[in-house]
Amino acid sequence: MVWEVFRQEREGQPFQHGGSLEAPNREFAEAYAREFYGRRDESFALWIVPREAVLEVREPYVADVFDRDYRRVDGYSLKVKLKEARERAAAAGAG
Amino acid sequence: MNAQLLLELADDELVLGWRNSEWTGIAPFLEEDVAFSSIAQTEIGHARAWYELAARESGADADALAFDREPGEYRCAPLCELRLVSDWARTIARHYLYETADAIRIAELARSDDPDVAGLAAKIQREEAYHVMHAQMWHDRLRGEERYEAALDELWPYALAVVEGERRNELAAAVGREPAEPVERGEHTDDLAALWEEMTTVRRSVPGAAW
Repeated sequence: MVWEVFRQEREGQPFQHGGSLEAPNREFAEAYAREFYGRRDESFALWIVPREAVLEVREPYVADVFDRDYRRVDGYSLKVKLKEARERAAAAGAG
Repeated sequence: MNAQLLLELADDELVLGWRNSEWTGIAPFLEEDVAFSSIAQTEIGHARAWYELAARESGADADALAFDREPGEYRCAPLCELRLVSDWARTIARHYLYETADAIRIAELARSDDPDVAGLAAKIQREEAYHVMHAQMWHDRLRGEERYEAALDELWPYALAVVEGERRNELAAAVGREPAEPVERGEHTDDLAALWEEMTTVRRSVPGAAW
């Protein structure tokens, strides 16, 4: 049985996938996860999840067939606009 | 606390750590290989700490105590000496019996009047908790299996010798067994000589070298 282990490095941080391990039951999974991800005090907490409990979705892309580029923020650089705005603000302040 | 008692502890941990390390690379599956090797490594770490404490009292150094004595001078319990690869049932039976006995022994040492002994025992207790957890889960898994039960029966008299006096009754209760005639410390099994030969090879190859 394969278990997926997620580890939280510090309290309050999101859990991130650490790796997987093979163990016959929860007790073994816990012992091995402690050994692999807790031995050096590198994790605040662990989630140990049977792989079959994970719902995996492939190609989760929800098609958007119409051109709605204006909804997307990628490729839209704020840097230049921000720079111009700051310059305008500075000029207005000076005047 | 006398140096002889510290040596018993240290020898148990060194020799058992060595025996457990013989599973590195050949344990039944990968996860267990990592876990059992790691347990072997911490046992040897504990041996080092006990040797250092014993050295403080006897004036020798830890390495000399660990490697420069003759096989007959070791004080380990015969339980720890037995070469059990490649029998996993017997290995786990020993592991379970030893860790249960060791937990009882360490708990007592943590209450010692000697602050160095009590402090070290308390520190070791934190790592041994993982050993006990590991041993217990395997015990639960194999309990009732014919080979495992036979191994427990075979090794029980050996395990009794790990602790002394009243602690033996405590151990019997903890593992649910009747007291038996113990295989006491002092006598060694035939397995120790070969183990000693291998364990001290490098050390003996250049006597007196600083590493």
